[in-house]
Amino acid sequence: MIVQAVLDAAPAWVIQHAPALTVVFPLVMAPILAILQNGRLAWLASMATTAAVLFCAIVLLGQVQSSPTGVISYAIGNWLPPLGIEFRIDALNALVLLLVAGMGVLSTILSWPTVVAEISAEKRGLFYAAFLLCFCGLIGVASTGDAFNMFVFLEISSLATYVLVALGAGRDRRALPAAFNYLVMGTLGASFFIIGVGFLYAATGTLNMADIASKLPTLTGNRAVQAGFAFIVVGLGLKAAMWPLHQWLPNAYAYSPSFVTMFLSATATKVALYALIRFLFSVFQPGYGFEQASFAMIFAPLGIAAMVICSFQAVFQTDVRRVLAYSSVAQVGYMILGLSLGTAMGLSAGLLHLVNHAIIKGALFMAVAGICLTYHGTTVRDFAGLGRSAPLTMTAFAIAALSLIGVPLTAGFMSKLQLGYALFEHGWWWAVLLVVFSSFLAVFYMGRILQAAFFQPPLNPRATRKEAPLLMLVPLWILAIANIYFGIDAEFPLGLARDAAVAAFGAEAFR
Amino acid sequence: MLEFILERANYWAIIGLMMIGLYIAFSAENLIKRLIGVSLFQTSICLFYVTLGVIAGGTAPVLLGPDMPKGDAAGHGEAAPADSLVAGATERFADLAVTYSNPLPHVLMLTAIVVGVATLSLGLALIVRIREAYGTIEADDVRQMDIDADRAQANADDRDFSEAGA
Repeated sequence: MIVQAVLDAAPAWVIQHAPALTVVFPLVMAPILAILQNGRLAWLASMATTAAVLFCAIVLLGQVQSSPTGVISYAIGNWLPPLGIEFRIDALNALVLLLVAGMGVLSTILSWPTVVAEISAEKRGLFYAAFLLCFCGLIGVASTGDAFNMFVFLEISSLATYVLVALGAGRDRRALPAAFNYLVMGTLGASFFIIGVGFLYAATGTLNMADIASKLPTLTGNRAVQAGFAFIVVGLGLKAAMWPLHQWLPNAYAYSPSFVTMFLSATATKVALYALIRFLFSVFQPGYGFEQASFAMIFAPLGIAAMVICSFQAVFQTDVRRVLAYSSVAQVGYMILGLSLGTAMGLSAGLLHLVNHAIIKGALFMAVAGICLTYHGTTVRDFAGLGRSAPLTMTAFAIAALSLIGVPLTAGFMSKLQLGYALFEHGWWWAVLLVVFSSFLAVFYMGRILQAAFFQPPLNPRATRKEAPLLMLVPLWILAIANIYFGIDAEFPLGLARDAAVAAFGAEAFR
Repeated sequence: MLEFILERANYWAIIGLMMIGLYIAFSAENLIKRLIGVSLFQTSICLFYVTLGVIAGGTAPVLLGPDMPKGDAAGHGEAAPADSLVAGATERFADLAVTYSNPLPHVLMLTAIVVGVATLSLGLALIVRIREAYGTIEADDVRQMDIDADRAQANADDRDFSEAGA
């Protein structure tokens, strides 16, 4: 409905060039903002840019849904694939694009008050320039159909992310070592990915992912292909914070500026996970022996380990942002468990959780950003009594927290239900028990914060004002209401996730 | 056996460099040394790609001799339109008289080198900032200072909160 309206409103040049425009808008705006050096203008321009990208993403979704093959191919510079770089959008790309662009718009709207509080005035223009580069890289990873181009976009977004994390040093100097460790780990991850792509190139002689996919079935038993698979899984696993490659994540989330934490938690690991899914299901196929082995021996155990161990670690954190960061790694575990089934149902459950988790964590980190702004503290103790003094912020926080736990009538429940169905269908009833156990741990770590907020007297002596500013409350409540709405009527995200899973699997459609 | 090893000398060198780089990146306490390790790792990848592009007996990938496109000999005639060059590429590869090395991996590595330079400079900039903020670039010392600061902060918080409670 909305999609159709947007499609009707879009001018012809947008319809024709939408895949490229999603990347071009932020890529062009970033250097302009860096030259202008005006914070408020940069904020408005970033909002306009992310909104334009969201518009293009909706146009793309409409085009994919109405296209007979379900694939839009766009040859960059009119150099035809497989020699030229191709942007290839199917239902899976469209889902990720919509997610990244939507979260980009919401978190940019909310960013201004936190940026004023945390970033010094002369750096604000550059800050938004780095943000747009990061955004551009993430969008590019989600649209490109070329393996090497994916590496380049991955590094564009990562390099910008290191800068954004390091800018948290204005508030806490620990942001600097956190950014440095992220840089070392992230660079190694990208390097592993590029080695894997090199092996695939050596075996197939092409870099276009659809072309690689069509040539791999003739290369069964080729060691170079298998080595390439291993390198790609480790590299993208590092970027996606797959347990135990998540060591960079808690510090990077805890010490970066509030706006960055909020944006990264909702998008960065999700996009890396998308890239992993694209390689696992579209380039390689779940039918390959070594891939089945890796599903059963690597992905499923690591997903479960993430779910349980990181939930335990989350229980013992004192800083709310670290609780949420460890919980993020645990939630990545659910998604990995979903895709490790190797079935369309498991993958669609994993993708639904990917979308829902972005909405949940986006809302949680937005609420924490608001509290951080008004109460200057993010430990659990700082949250004491906030349910009374900041009811609007904390109610939204509580809704998202319940959704994270997976209480019925919330989005988190829907995706865990889908994951449970998929596991039962696969006969892994013991994994269902572990999912329930991990949700039980979530009751502990989120409940501890909620208990402090709603059932303890206010303690925090550093309060400057009560509620977060209106500019922050609006996007926060949009996400909180989305959590409830998608918990009652999951038709829209579930349909998107199912289409995306079919697109990831449909080797025929993908080629 | 010896032949097997010697034939793949390039790859052994690459693996060696890669492992040295990885080891330094993980084990060095000095942040600059750690960055050197990462750089070494990235450089070994460039070597890997360049090795992939080499074809035994191949020459530099510039069309020469009988392979020169007709009509634009010596680069002064009508240039062939780019589209027809690409479209006809596969057929043109088939009847080349001279063996050429594959130029594509080299081009890819130009991009990777740019990424590497960006990473290295950003890493060095971060080290400068760490040195300004902590006065040291040893990872151990930085970690210890963080732990101490954490403890001091917790104590200060305790004081704040107990005063507020009283």
